Amino acid sequence: MTAYFQIDGVPIPFESGQTIMDAALAAGQYIPHLCHNPEFRPHGSCRVCTVRADGRFVAACTFPASEGAKVECASDELRELRNGLLQMLFVEGNHVCPGCEKSGACQLQAVAYYCEMLAPELPHFFPRRHVDASHPDLAIDYGRCILCELCVRASREVDGKSIFAIGGRGIKAHLLVDSPSGKLGDTDMSVHDKAAHVCPVGAILIKHRGYDRPIGQRLYDQRPVSVVGDVIQAEETRDD
Amino acid sequence: MNHDLETAEHPETLKRVVIEPLTRVEGHGKVTLLLDEDEHIQQARLHIVEFRGFEKFIQGRPYWEVPVLVQRLCGICPVSHHLAAAKAVDALVGVRQLPPTAEKIRRLIHFGQTLQSHAVHFFHLSSPDLLFGFEDEVSHRNIVGVIADHPDIALKGVKLRKFGQEVIRVVSGKRVHGTLAVPGGVNKALSREDRDYLLRQTDEVLAWSRDAVDLVKRLYVANSAFHDRFGRIDSHWLSLVDSDGNLEIYDGSLRTRDDSGCMIFDQAPCDDYAEFIREGIKPWTYMKFPFLITLGREDGWYRVGPLARVNNCDQIATPLAEAQRREFLAQDAAGHPIRAPLAYHWARMIELLHCAEAIVGLLRDPDILGGELQLRGEPRQEGIGVIEAPRGTLFHHYRIDEQGLIEKANLIVSTTNNNQAMNESIRAVAREFLDGHELTEGLLNHIEVAIRAYDPCLSCATHAVGKMPLSLELLDCNGRLLNRLERNSRGSCELA
Ligand code: SF4
Repeated sequence: MTAYFQIDGVPIPFESGQTIMDAALAAGQYIPHLCHNPEFRPHGSCRVCTVRADGRFVAACTFPASEGAKVECASDELRELRNGLLQMLFVEGNHVCPGCEKSGACQLQAVAYYCEMLAPELPHFFPRRHVDASHPDLAIDYGRCILCELCVRASREVDGKSIFAIGGRGIKAHLLVDSPSGKLGDTDMSVHDKAAHVCPVGAILIKHRGYDRPIGQRLYDQRPVSVVGDVIQAEETRDD
Repeated sequence: MNHDLETAEHPETLKRVVIEPLTRVEGHGKVTLLLDEDEHIQQARLHIVEFRGFEKFIQGRPYWEVPVLVQRLCGICPVSHHLAAAKAVDALVGVRQLPPTAEKIRRLIHFGQTLQSHAVHFFHLSSPDLLFGFEDEVSHRNIVGVIADHPDIALKGVKLRKFGQEVIRVVSGKRVHGTLAVPGGVNKALSREDRDYLLRQTDEVLAWSRDAVDLVKRLYVANSAFHDRFGRIDSHWLSLVDSDGNLEIYDGSLRTRDDSGCMIFDQAPCDDYAEFIREGIKPWTYMKFPFLITLGREDGWYRVGPLARVNNCDQIATPLAEAQRREFLAQDAAGHPIRAPLAYHWARMIELLHCAEAIVGLLRDPDILGGELQLRGEPRQEGIGVIEAPRGTLFHHYRIDEQGLIEKANLIVSTTNNNQAMNESIRAVAREFLDGHELTEGLLNHIEVAIRAYDPCLSCATHAVGKMPLSLELLDCNGRLLNRLERNSRGSCELA
């Protein structure tokens, strides 16, 4: 007998040990998310996937599915909450979509569109964060990092290099590079590493090639993130 | 010349009139006039907001971002900044000559942009002055008045602009601020479907463009003695030309002529621009004053833009525009360059016709449908891109560090190149038309008409349609308000 729970009244089958997110994605039911990717251990940090399970606020990516649970995902309350989180993400960093090469293929932008966030409404922090272009093939624009830890997990779990970590707390949290200089150029990171292709925003960039996809042909130009999926999968199937 | 009007001897004793903001020009600027007791003009200056912030802003950014970032300099001619930066970035990746498809696609969007910019400027911003007279009622002297009185003319203007925008949209994905140029090339060719869509419109576009030249010619010639004289100044001329001396807006080398048409230098490589041009500063404005180094700060200033290009070139490569160029230049019996600022409008429409013809030529060229899109060469740390923007020669110059981040940027924008010329023209107008008269809105519009002829882009997109609030204050030497004339947002004028 297959076990089921419900998301907004829709029955979702699941297997024991699956999270709400795993089961939902497997069933083709999209729950907005940024720091989650099925390839990596769930992290539960961005909270964009917050749902109500039997009345409790939980992160769908870390909370186990359970028989008969009633999960709310698309209520006005949750929409508002998600919108608030996205608003904060946008103003906390320097997410200037019009000039960013990731525009149209950025998961933060795509999730914001999905969640109907049309413009940043909070005052911008405009943090002064630099670009590390010390690596011959890769650059990091720290102003765009949303601390999702996907690169941290990819480098540790897949590449076996543990090049990245998050340091600091709260508003001071930031991405760290494990090298004496703190520069990417002084690590053994390669452009072929998994970590070079997981960034959902325009923080980790392949150098010298921005804007090469014409408008109309970028990842999220034709279909929404709920249909297209995460940046990671698309990056992996990119032919160059 | 009226150079003496740049700085009055005893400004503290003079009345000050400020025209701010200027209307029916792109962006914000102001003119200050100083008058003595008898209303004689003693000083006239144009002040414009400059773009220096951008040069700072892009420092530390990756070089391949720059063509997209600098588009945001301007909502009016973003494509010009995009392409000038792209040419500089081509140099950074060691590409001198783009593959044919890439170069033709870039040219196509540049012609589309120039066509739409020229159409907006003439039909929306300037035609009211020429159709209705400089002192026409301000509430009528705007595009709304043109639509009411000459719907056919207004409609052609709107449609020409729309076509130019469609060229931009089809090539770059968006009407404003799309993406196209990548280091050493472009990110796509034109689809057959898009090519055919544009081609279907070209017969009409050509016809409207011919009508536009005829219209401006008719308006100009109807009062040519006045139009020739209005704000007329002598100046040198600077523009790009191709290796055969043809009018060129995308690439080429620098040519300058003096006020009688004699060559000062020709075929100067754009990469060496800093050996020929320097920017001077004056204490009363942030806007710089470029000049030709060989002639010096005082005498070396020059004009750029449509009139400079048409005066400077030996011919235009498309036949209809070339025929119009010849007729245009025949106005001066001695064969000298045409000097009247208002002739900019005529030259601009000749260029609009050239753009329309060139677009047809490119759309019929199979290269634009596909082929190699991008090249790479030996990287360099310095890149210079020079282009003829609709308003004139535009210089982008970047230096990057070994990691590819922008270290230094220098931009000389078209409007800056015309800074001294605009100042000289308003002084000429102030002396001839305003001097000794009680100032009225219509008289002050004379100043704006002179500035408008140069089509300055004072900062970014504003479409003022003659209704922008304008306040003029007349102060006595102690700064006391003597008189105040206000144009409200509905366009009517009141003495306050
Ligand atoms: S660099 Fe990208 S992948 Fe890494 S933590 Fe920041 S946003 Fe996430």
